[in-house]
Amino acid sequence: MDKRTDLQGAIGTLRDGMTIGIGGWGPRRKPMALIREILRSDLKDLHIVCYGGPEVGMLCAAGKVSKITYGFVSLDRIPLEPWFRKAREAATVKVNELDEGMFLLGLRAAAEGVPFAPTYAGMGTSVPQINPYLKTVTSPYDPQDILLAMPAIPLDVALIHVSRADPLGNTQTEGPDPFFDDLFARAAKQTIVSAEEIVERMDLSHSDSANKSLFHRGLVKTVVPAPLGAHPTTAHGNYGWDMEHLKTYGATAGDAEAWESYFKTYIADGEEAYQAALGGAETIRQIPIPVF
Amino acid sequence: MTQTPDYTLSELMIVAAAEAFRGDGETFVTGIGTLPRIAAGLARLTFEPGLMMTDGEAYLTEDPVPLGVTAEEVPGFSGWMPYNRVFATLWRGERHAMVTPVQVDQWAQTNISCLGDFDKPKVQMLGVRGFPGNSIYHKNSMLIPAHSKRVFVEGEVDIVSSVGYSDKYWPDGMRRPEIRIGRVVTDLCVMDFNGPDHTARVISLHPGVEFDTVQEATGFPLIAEDGLGETPAPTQKQLDIIARLDPHDLRSKAVKGNPPGQRQAA
Repeated sequence: MDKRTDLQGAIGTLRDGMTIGIGGWGPRRKPMALIREILRSDLKDLHIVCYGGPEVGMLCAAGKVSKITYGFVSLDRIPLEPWFRKAREAATVKVNELDEGMFLLGLRAAAEGVPFAPTYAGMGTSVPQINPYLKTVTSPYDPQDILLAMPAIPLDVALIHVSRADPLGNTQTEGPDPFFDDLFARAAKQTIVSAEEIVERMDLSHSDSANKSLFHRGLVKTVVPAPLGAHPTTAHGNYGWDMEHLKTYGATAGDAEAWESYFKTYIADGEEAYQAALGGAETIRQIPIPVF
Repeated sequence: MTQTPDYTLSELMIVAAAEAFRGDGETFVTGIGTLPRIAAGLARLTFEPGLMMTDGEAYLTEDPVPLGVTAEEVPGFSGWMPYNRVFATLWRGERHAMVTPVQVDQWAQTNISCLGDFDKPKVQMLGVRGFPGNSIYHKNSMLIPAHSKRVFVEGEVDIVSSVGYSDKYWPDGMRRPEIRIGRVVTDLCVMDFNGPDHTARVISLHPGVEFDTVQEATGFPLIAEDGLGETPAPTQKQLDIIARLDPHDLRSKAVKGNPPGQRQAA
């Protein structure tokens, strides 16, 4: 069994209109090499589900997105994601804007195969109004307990960046926070992982860190070798987010030509050209992980 | 004639904001932004030793992490608080956040989502983020660096991102959760929502600020607490701790113009 394929092979399995969950958190551990391959593809009308970072804005810039379901979209030090903001203000995308916890519960409901999760989060706010499909549920045990029924968010596919993977689909993820990558994998029909490093057999080389596996290999359909594949977001254990590059990207939100130019310079010619345009792999590896 | 200030407005605000956490005990506190984070650290180091805080990423620290330090200078970790545990903690109500919303209304509802019509916003901001859940499950205080009618709006905030004391959004027959709004520290005063029927109330004025000035900068009626006094000035000990928590003086950039704490009365 060998689940490895290249970026084109993995993204080639996706279809227009799919609901695609993306792991990571803001500008942290995003499967950006897979995202860039989507930008190079003909895919369209995608429904993106994430705790959003630059992938959301880039997919909007390239006109790939019809709907976004999110707990937030932010580049952290650049609080407002420029292309996401532009897409929202032009009303070119539909959105489900959710509380971060509701988002978690929606993924978890999908992972557990139940239709909704009851929560107080969202009650007493505009959230039910801006998401008119949301309904409440009354506790069968106490009619005064009225809760928001957060519907499951089932995913066609999850895209997740990991620190290392083997051909069987075993993965390990470095970093202080697993975020909710496990829920994305469990909520999806299939998961594509991009990996900083491919090892021959996880059990032979990384047995001691088996507890860094966030989800079992049965959930992983496809393994894509993608060294530096999280850039410009943080890949813990490897390199930090590249705020200078995120600023360069963000500045393209001014006009469509600037995005075209960014696309040509960095994305059009593949990952090797991407790394070369950034000064080479060694330069990227030196970017420090920020301290807060 | 000018008087040399011995503390800045941002330092006065930090000391006032630290008071928000008094009595919290073993609560997980999150100060979001420069001044709230220093304020939480000050509270932890002076009068609330039980407070739990993180390094800003995923680990609990017993020594508040100073702002802008290098990886080598980060103190040791005593526990693990990834986002999964943050949600687990906040759903139990055992967290107190200090936040800086873009809009606040007379019902203590706030907005960080967008300005204008949600379907085609004039300005898209962060989205509601964790505000809906945070505000219904745990206590929230606020720090507002530029008190104005743009923040403290007339009428209602554009998108209600956190719950307040309005009756508008609750289904009939629902048992209301207890809404816990703490202090609201601004560059003019300290407020809370503990007036009659949760009316906004000024509880202290910063030195040199008149109540009328605050009212004019607020889009809804305020009441003055009985015997309204002046916000206490920082002590030298507090200023020393603040300097230690913020060695690169990021607090000087947190309030426009970095004015002195003792403003001349108009």
